[in-house]
Amino acid sequence: MREQDVPQDIGVLEENRVVAYAVDEQGNYCLTTTAGWDPVNEANRIAWEDIKEQLDEVRVKIEAGRASILAYYMTRAQMDRSLLASYSGISSWRVWRHLKPGPFNKISAEDRQKYANLFRISSAQLFQLPAADSLPTETTTDTL
Amino acid sequence: MIGHDFPHQQSAHCETGAAASLLRQAGLNLSEAMVFGIGGGLFFGYVPFVKLNGFPLMTYRCRPGGIFSRLTKSLQCEVKQQKYRNKEQSMIELDQMLEQGLVVGLQTSVFWLPYIPPALRFHFNAHNLIVVSKQDQRYLISDPVMPELVWCDKEDLVNARFAQGALAPKGRCYTLHSPKVTDLRQPVLKGIRTVCRDMLAPIPIGGVRGLRFMARSMRGWQKKYGKRRSLSCLAQLIRMQEEIGTGGAGFRFIYAAFLQEAATLFDEPQLEQLAQRLTIIGDQWREFALQATRCCKGRAEVTFDGLAQMIETNADIEEQFFRELRQLERQLGRKLKKSVQEVSS
Repeated sequence: MREQDVPQDIGVLEENRVVAYAVDEQGNYCLTTTAGWDPVNEANRIAWEDIKEQLDEVRVKIEAGRASILAYYMTRAQMDRSLLASYSGISSWRVWRHLKPGPFNKISAEDRQKYANLFRISSAQLFQLPAADSLPTETTTDTL
Repeated sequence: MIGHDFPHQQSAHCETGAAASLLRQAGLNLSEAMVFGIGGGLFFGYVPFVKLNGFPLMTYRCRPGGIFSRLTKSLQCEVKQQKYRNKEQSMIELDQMLEQGLVVGLQTSVFWLPYIPPALRFHFNAHNLIVVSKQDQRYLISDPVMPELVWCDKEDLVNARFAQGALAPKGRCYTLHSPKVTDLRQPVLKGIRTVCRDMLAPIPIGGVRGLRFMARSMRGWQKKYGKRRSLSCLAQLIRMQEEIGTGGAGFRFIYAAFLQEAATLFDEPQLEQLAQRLTIIGDQWREFALQATRCCKGRAEVTFDGLAQMIETNADIEEQFFRELRQLERQLGRKLKKSVQEVSS
């Protein structure tokens, strides 16, 4: 990659710049910075779209009474049951139970606080399904 | 305690950047590319039986920590590292080290670091950063991938150090002391040897064989994962190759920069030529990423079969490339041995 060809496509990095290795006019390698590249922005967007899709599925499950709101927050934090268990310090099978609406409504104040601390929300919020997913969204320019 | 005057340098990759910074602090000034080369960081691996987000693990570099351990071994650095069970204890010891005027490398997760752009915060636990100093409950951090020094709250840093899941850092911290080797020629050759060995390894999942293996399975992705998820799988490959921390083209460019530096070190024009060839290979990887993205966007002219063919072509070219590099390395090794013997006799 030549220095003048280093892409500057703003996207996932926002206003940040990262280092790119490129060849200058004399053929020597140099460190330049790049604002991003559209293929990366697009691939990253797809990754978030997948998460968004999972969240939509979880929402459907919650509305149908097949999952608790904890399942939403878990998916939002890109976690699965075992990861949530090791982060919260609550055993995996209890997390499994908390992912069901019935047991979740009878959750102890202590466990509730543990989950709330982990997701950085108040323990009251843990019982409310957020209206918006507020995922990092970005605009990719369509030059491909 | 070292403060704002810490010579922060932005790097392409976190592990090499952190290692280069720590080495500089210990008195040896090496470029990031040099660190990457001596650490033998270039690799390719396709591991379908390990899943990441439900897709096969694909990597363009060696295992996390591999560069660091090879580098410190080659340069005969003393490394002090420590893992912790107790969070409070880990922070107390960190503070003590900072007060002694040391800069401390930490293994962390990126998910909990507030200064990383939100779109890039995934559960990746092998990030490396350097803590430079502390003020009240905040730490001054030299994160290799950030343009400048950043502040991070203690709470966030604790979370990042004690992240859970695969490759959990367990509060790992490390410091580097007094590299004994200052003649880089031997370590450079060793690094090249490692990379050639790994890229040409007779195992189906690694190196050029790994590339061919991936190309073969790629043709079946649509059948295996369905149309929608096969595109996500492709997107994951693009991210592994190009997203933050590779310096472009899945580390091929940074490795070419290393070969160029090595050419100057040995005064060997053939190495320079190989560096130029690797740049061209890197350009082809960039082209692959571009085409793959077009495929993700549903452009009909790009098919999985076509992409697989591109990978196979690259595998063939890279095989030839690493064979020649290995040969040259052996030549240089013999020459070096001879000159050392002459000097000692």
